[in-house]
Amino acid sequence: MSQLQFFGNGLPYVKTSDYPGVLISIEGTDGVGRTTQMIMLREWLEVQGYGVVETGWTRSPLIGRTIAEAKQGRSLNRFTYSLLYAADFADRLEKEILPALRSGFVVLSDRYVFTAFARDVVRGCDRDWTRDLFGFAPIPQLVLYLKIDVPTLIRRAISRGMVDFFEAGMDMNLGDDPYDSFKQYQTLLTREYNNMAREFNFHLLNARMKPERIHERIRTIVSDFFAQRKFHNWQVPDDVEPASKPTSKKIAAAAASQAASVRSSTPNP
Amino acid sequence: MINSLLQPHAFPGRLIIVEGIDGSGKSTQIRLVQRWLESMKYNVFFTEWNSADLVKKTTKKGKKNRSLTPTTFSLLHATDFAHRLVSNILPPLKAGMIVLADRYVFTAFARDVVRGCDREWVRKVYSFAPKPDIAFYFRVPIETSVQRIMMARQVLKDFEAGMDLNLHPDPVESFKIFQGRILDEYDRMSKEAGFVVMDAIASIAEQQRLVRQVVLDRLTAYNRNPRIA
Repeated sequence: MSQLQFFGNGLPYVKTSDYPGVLISIEGTDGVGRTTQMIMLREWLEVQGYGVVETGWTRSPLIGRTIAEAKQGRSLNRFTYSLLYAADFADRLEKEILPALRSGFVVLSDRYVFTAFARDVVRGCDRDWTRDLFGFAPIPQLVLYLKIDVPTLIRRAISRGMVDFFEAGMDMNLGDDPYDSFKQYQTLLTREYNNMAREFNFHLLNARMKPERIHERIRTIVSDFFAQRKFHNWQVPDDVEPASKPTSKKIAAAAASQAASVRSSTPNP
Repeated sequence: MINSLLQPHAFPGRLIIVEGIDGSGKSTQIRLVQRWLESMKYNVFFTEWNSADLVKKTTKKGKKNRSLTPTTFSLLHATDFAHRLVSNILPPLKAGMIVLADRYVFTAFARDVVRGCDREWVRKVYSFAPKPDIAFYFRVPIETSVQRIMMARQVLKDFEAGMDLNLHPDPVESFKIFQGRILDEYDRMSKEAGFVVMDAIASIAEQQRLVRQVVLDRLTAYNRNPRIA
């Protein structure tokens, strides 16, 4: 199965079949440990020979800088905020994500459109409008959601000295007290994430567990999914006789060369 | 959700917009309306498509190195529009003024679809825009529009000609094909958008006479000094 499913009507000028890759997104608010899990998951997949491409939120060469500048100038309203992120995502989708999926890579997305869904609603956009806006986005096959309670998140942020985290949501005028503002913003965000977790079948991961244990859980989820999807680290083209299944030696060799070529050909964002 | 484009807005001001392909004469007509309304001491605010500079650098860069896809092209223009709407169009509408807009969301509906975006999607993206009180559509045959543009500037800009779509190696031919498709989209949305369709071949004065008639008819309920919030 390599047909893409979309939140809406997709992209009319892009064909939807022949995407042998897998799209996995890791969701969760700031400071929840997404980056750590991305690194561990990538390494584990590459050791097994899967080609991995990483993508993040707001990193496109075309628009990434515009967003940074506009944020600094505080000239964004809730619509332009959403639309710029959508433009940025569309750029990455068409230039990075779809080509990688077409070539059979595992695409690991550090945050995905769910981040926009949550933020936009908290910022006062209509829930349906934001979802329609991202109607061209493919639905990820797996969403790994690092769930955390707000009190734990706050204590973590404080003890790690993550003062800049408190700037998140400060522009929303939730009050001039950074603690109250942060707490209120994160509470609203978490509520949206939790609602989406049910709606979109996120895999829930308790972010209070040790990173290694979370990683173990992720391995299980990913392995189960790959087995069910029959997604293997060697690709047998359709026109090859099933009898010529690779031997374990061949698999190891193929996996090693694939991993090597991936590492050398994938630029670090 | 509430699609504000589908029902009359509740602002004390009035929104009058013009649409049409390049060379249809719509800008000439809206400028004449502005002169006329101002001469009658109405408070008028004029705005045009693509004049905000929030994303100007990005669009310019993207056009230059041809890195824009139909979707990013559409979203960047939508961003620009949303910026202009909130900072330029809504304040005068709330203040009870008459806003004249040279091109509005229908420009995006036509152009983005011709470039390959989903018809329904583009409409949803712009569903936050208020519905105009009057939407004039200046309908003109392609040949006339090309003649007018050639007379005025002699060069067709690549993007107006849709050169990036590889429709035809010759810019004039490419322009004809591209704008022809845009014309089809305008015709198609005419009813949905509630266009007042103008025959843009008629003389400038004759068109303006008809335009002013429509404006007068539709401004009867307008209070030029409304109580404002």
